[in-house]
Amino acid sequence: MSQFAINLLFVGASFALYIGIAIWARAGSTKDFYVAGGGVHPVTNGMATAADWMSAASFISMAGLLASGGYANSTFLMGWTGGYVILAMLLAPYLRKFGKFTVPDFIGDRFYSNTARLVAVICLIVASITYVIGQMTGAGVAFSRFLEVSNTWGIWIAAFIVFLYAVFGGMKGITYTQVAQYIVLIIAYTIPAVFISLELTGNPIPGLGLFSTHTESGVPLLAKLDDVINALGFRDYTADVDNKLNMVLFTMSLMVGTAGLPHVIIRFFTVPKVADARWSAGWALVFIALLYLTAPAVGSMARLNLMTTVYPDMAGQVESYEDAATNPILYSDRPEWVRTWEETGLITFDDKNGDGRVQVYNDGNDAFAETATQRGWNGSELNVNNDILVLANPEIANLPSWVIGLIAAGGIAAALSTAAGLLLAISSAISHDLIKTMINPKISEKGEMLAARISMAGAILLATFLGLNPPGFAAQTVALAFGIAGASLFPVLMMGIFSKRVNNKGAVAGMLTGLGTTLLYIFTYLGWFFIPETNMLPNTPDNWILGISPLSFGAVGAIFNFAVAFTVSNATEEPPQEIQDLVESVRFPKGAGTAVDH
Amino acid sequence: MADDKANAAAYWKANVRLITGCLIVWAFVSYGCAILFRPLLAGIPVGGTDLGFWFAQQGSILTFIGIIFFYAWKMNRLDKQFGLGE
Repeated sequence: MSQFAINLLFVGASFALYIGIAIWARAGSTKDFYVAGGGVHPVTNGMATAADWMSAASFISMAGLLASGGYANSTFLMGWTGGYVILAMLLAPYLRKFGKFTVPDFIGDRFYSNTARLVAVICLIVASITYVIGQMTGAGVAFSRFLEVSNTWGIWIAAFIVFLYAVFGGMKGITYTQVAQYIVLIIAYTIPAVFISLELTGNPIPGLGLFSTHTESGVPLLAKLDDVINALGFRDYTADVDNKLNMVLFTMSLMVGTAGLPHVIIRFFTVPKVADARWSAGWALVFIALLYLTAPAVGSMARLNLMTTVYPDMAGQVESYEDAATNPILYSDRPEWVRTWEETGLITFDDKNGDGRVQVYNDGNDAFAETATQRGWNGSELNVNNDILVLANPEIANLPSWVIGLIAAGGIAAALSTAAGLLLAISSAISHDLIKTMINPKISEKGEMLAARISMAGAILLATFLGLNPPGFAAQTVALAFGIAGASLFPVLMMGIFSKRVNNKGAVAGMLTGLGTTLLYIFTYLGWFFIPETNMLPNTPDNWILGISPLSFGAVGAIFNFAVAFTVSNATEEPPQEIQDLVESVRFPKGAGTAVDH
Repeated sequence: MADDKANAAAYWKANVRLITGCLIVWAFVSYGCAILFRPLLAGIPVGGTDLGFWFAQQGSILTFIGIIFFYAWKMNRLDKQFGLGE
């Protein structure tokens, strides 16, 4: 059977499974549609949350980011998991006790203001749309490679599948498809990682293999990797960073962003009890950690494998890395996987010095330029897209072709599950908070469901369009969405629970400040609405205020949000007594029913 | 009624104290051990690198899981103790 047929089989079988589950669990009422009927077991919910939240960025891009950035990109690991700690202690149980369907529901009621509700809806839509672009791009990469179609077709196929199961199944369908998707994606991620770890270190657990000895050379894997890339002019993989402020702020932005992302928060509305919301956050993190403890191993091992593929002399025990680095492979001898990826344009080769060999090194390093000239090199010749590392891993490690089919299904599952969760958050904000609560409170349940489905279809079309014209590669766009959610929604949710003093005016002013400053900072460097060439300052560390990158600004926006909200609230009147009672009541679990409608 | 109020206030105070403690550990392992204090941990070797690197890539995640389960367990006990559970 050809590789294409195997991919088709795996991807097709997993799709059939998701659609089957969606039909089995189709939503009959708005309660099914918004909170899956409210009876989901915490472990099941933890698994669904893990799939919901681990997106194409986690599955496809993160190992690549770690491979290229080493220690400096550990921020993604800590930021994306650390948010669950805040979520479990500061938000999930109280919002579950509050017992409504959506995030703007809480903000609108707690701050007794439809303006606050509207601002929350806008923040939610901006963050979710930014995020969903990343998913569509990710799905496009996976589809175009494995189904051998163009990127455009890949994105359209993804849109169609999400439409089918999200529009009909609602939260109920999505919850159970996400459980299936989690299982597919975690198996797909760990199997190749186990084999690669065994091959390089003899340790079957990749997370432990990362800190073990490299079998072929007898030195620790990370020390080996440092030596190899050092000889090619790259910084040590494990090197410390200079700008610690930026690293702290970036980690913090991802943490508060995780805690502020509406599609993650609403998952905690589906469990039966407040205590379950707390456990559920823990289970979600356990399931996420299975992938997140493996990813650093995948990143470093893929980088080492890639380098030793190009420089075979560097693989075993090496006397002098200087000498080994002078003997790259002939282009005509390149392995099969390089050929297949060249066809997608995600690996490109340009023989700059015309010697027929493949040189890869850090040509941006001025100190290394002299060495490179001595070796007769004229620029790095192989360009490998970061996003392909996980997808190409089984081929790099010579694993059987069914593993490649499995990885294809897993990557697509990761992108689709998150896209579905986001689209649900968007559509419930529109149908429930905008139409039902603000525009037409008399709408029938049937009418509200129809509105939810229409707005979901609209959101899918918009997401597809933006996926076809993306502002950056998957993980970066996702990081922006986290900044926006963290700066606008997280602070106001937290203040709504932990302060009785913050009032409607404070909340609105805070949200607008957080969203406004963060967007302004991002657009300054990345272009207005991400339109290329409209940025006011070049996006380089020299131009950043205090060295804070646009991706790290979410934490600063959140601080502004808190500061403005408290200042404005203290200058204006106290919230009315019934609101203070509401705050009091969300603080303890007693008396929580299942999530209810108005 | 007044007792109820005092009871709820005590429960909330215990909750906030627990959260503060957990957040200190949370910040210590991630921002502390993995980023700011990494140079201080440079002398402790772990598999070809140092302890700070391990905290950044694995240690903090494992600690996060521990914190959440500890918090959930402790809160469920507080719920019962103050009679405010479901």
